[in-house]
Amino acid sequence: MKVFWSRAGWAGVALLGAAALARVAMARGESLNALWLITAAVCVYLIGYRFYSAWIAANVLAIDATRATPAERLNNGRDYVPTNRWVVFGHHFAAIAGPGPLVGPTLAAQFGYLPGTLWILIGAVLGGAVQDMVTLFLSTRRNGRSLGQMARDEIGAIGGTAAMIGTFLIMIILIAVLGLVVVNAMKHSPWGTSTVAATIPIAMLVGVYMRYLRPGRVLEASLLGVILLLASVVFGGWIDHHPVLGAMFDHEGLPLAFSVIAYGFAAAVLPVWLLLAPRDYLSTYMKLGTVLMLAIAILWLRPEIHMPAITPFIDGTGPIFGGKLFPFVFITIACGAISGFHALIASGTTPKLITSEGDIRMIGYGAMLLESFVAIMAMIAATVLEPGVYFAINSPAGVVGKEAMDAVNTISSWGYEVSVAQMQHLASAMGESTLFARTGGAPSLAVGMASILGTVFGEHLLALWYHFAIMFEAIFILTTLDAGTRVGRFMLQDMLGNLHPKLGETSYTPSVILTSALVVAGWGYFLYIGVIDPNGGVNILWPLFGIANQMLAAIALSVATGVLIKSGKVSKAWITGLPLIWLLAITTTAAYEKVFSSDIRVGFFAAANDLSQKLASGVLPPEKAAVAPQLIFNQQLDAWLTLFFVAMLWVVVLDMVRMSRRYFVGQPVRPSSEAPYVASHLV
Amino acid sequence: MRAYWLKQAWQRVRQLSGDDAYERYLASYAEHHAGQEDAHAPLSRAEFFKQWQDQKWTGIKRCC
Repeated sequence: MKVFWSRAGWAGVALLGAAALARVAMARGESLNALWLITAAVCVYLIGYRFYSAWIAANVLAIDATRATPAERLNNGRDYVPTNRWVVFGHHFAAIAGPGPLVGPTLAAQFGYLPGTLWILIGAVLGGAVQDMVTLFLSTRRNGRSLGQMARDEIGAIGGTAAMIGTFLIMIILIAVLGLVVVNAMKHSPWGTSTVAATIPIAMLVGVYMRYLRPGRVLEASLLGVILLLASVVFGGWIDHHPVLGAMFDHEGLPLAFSVIAYGFAAAVLPVWLLLAPRDYLSTYMKLGTVLMLAIAILWLRPEIHMPAITPFIDGTGPIFGGKLFPFVFITIACGAISGFHALIASGTTPKLITSEGDIRMIGYGAMLLESFVAIMAMIAATVLEPGVYFAINSPAGVVGKEAMDAVNTISSWGYEVSVAQMQHLASAMGESTLFARTGGAPSLAVGMASILGTVFGEHLLALWYHFAIMFEAIFILTTLDAGTRVGRFMLQDMLGNLHPKLGETSYTPSVILTSALVVAGWGYFLYIGVIDPNGGVNILWPLFGIANQMLAAIALSVATGVLIKSGKVSKAWITGLPLIWLLAITTTAAYEKVFSSDIRVGFFAAANDLSQKLASGVLPPEKAAVAPQLIFNQQLDAWLTLFFVAMLWVVVLDMVRMSRRYFVGQPVRPSSEAPYVASHLV
Repeated sequence: MRAYWLKQAWQRVRQLSGDDAYERYLASYAEHHAGQEDAHAPLSRAEFFKQWQDQKWTGIKRCC
């Protein structure tokens, strides 16, 4: 009888999910309630978790709860500690969910809500969550080894090296693009800039409190920090109206970019306890709290989605970034569907905390589903805006025109009505001077969030909510920036240590300064170019980041597929093999188009050549001619970088294929690096 | 019943944030080192927290 009700219940979930998906996919012309999206998403996640992940856990990975995990066997009370599954889930989710799933869907909304939503759901359930779970499983069986080490041990030296170089370069591009998102959110916004600036001394105060005033009282210190952060949002409104202070925080993009660069260097050199660790606490609470609040507000309010299901921009003419639906929607939404970066978290830190192999499914697969849900909410926040408003905020001036009148005319001519008065009204309601051409996704997400939260908690608080959302995004973008710069520094020290041992010492000050400066210069360069680029920079950097991130995912999936084949599970290797083939297809197509397309909005070389010709024939206005040589060089550099990424991707995949071929013809392959079975005493 | 759940939730929050890390360290210390001749005294709260924080921040901790 119990079985019957369970089956009936799951059949109900499946039917409801199918009905909601049909409603989401078929809606044409009439507006769609966001609740349908949420229902479809939750049902897809439930079905994926209950059936697919359980099947993988039992039949492919053969998870064995009687087997002692590294946390149990190597328990040292420091990094290897058996930990409650919910606590590990929380740590893992907080580590994987950064700004990526907020920015990607916001940009991809230019194709309409449908393509992005479908990819977020399908990509997560069949790809991203499988990647995270399998990587977590493999690393748990190998004493918590990192992805790079596993690639080296299981496939060959090439994969390990590629994973390391890939990680380093992704870090550089990721930080640059996130820095750009923050700069574009702070541009000419005294309120936003002062609030973001205030997060630095607040974090330091919390750091000193936790270290010296009341050592280890993490919750007390965090509570103090959160209260101060909220106060800084309110106080920012006062600064905004202050004639002197307001002007002090009112800046162009370039000085803001240089401040972010200087800040990044300081954060990499300063001790972790002073800035990085306390900021991370604050950003984690803000992130969890805001995501929860947004979910409740969406459920409460059930907003209507105004963006059409599919826009004409699937043909590649979109204003926010150039390129057709295939493959660019899959590149734009990396985090939230499949993110290779997660494989670095799922190998290394998390496996050392897992008490029982039985928890792997919930932590690996479950946390990714939750991140995917965050991406769905970002998609809702972007698409509840009137499409005209959405395009006015996100389209760069270089595409729709610098003057407000030109921009609204261009956007209205696409069929998305918007007026200057409407945009001015919106900007003043949000406490900003203008919302035109605020590329990068943060301002548009903040407007979307403010309008959702503002309806629940009162319209007169719109400006407060807008700047709260900006602060919320900025604080964890800056955390990723700090942490990433530091990791980049460690990796570079590690690499340079091979050339000159002294440089490899992490506490040798000249080496710390040199490597920090090099890493900051790396992302600082891309950030600088992004700011001077009249097309906003995000349209170049985000696809590059997407390609790099999918390349890392392909490396993780190659390792997983290779190990499955080697361990005799050939008939089930498709669980990671099929997502790998799909990623190869989209990443290679995207890279090919980014390098060779003759469309100047897509192809790097085409854009470089076009600009060179314009520069040579003297048709560029003086301010554009001044930056043109740098933009030309950057486009060429990006093309070579893309070629490098895709070459590395193929090298790793072919190395895995070579190893699999050896296995099939009976030649020796590297032995499995799995730790031997030890019975657990905890069950 | 409700008090039990609230207490459980509070414990999870403390554990997740690391607020109770020192208490857990002392408990684990008592379990593993109690009665050993050569055992050194447990670290002070401030000392322990320094080590815990520095160790927590090596490696890749945050993603995109």
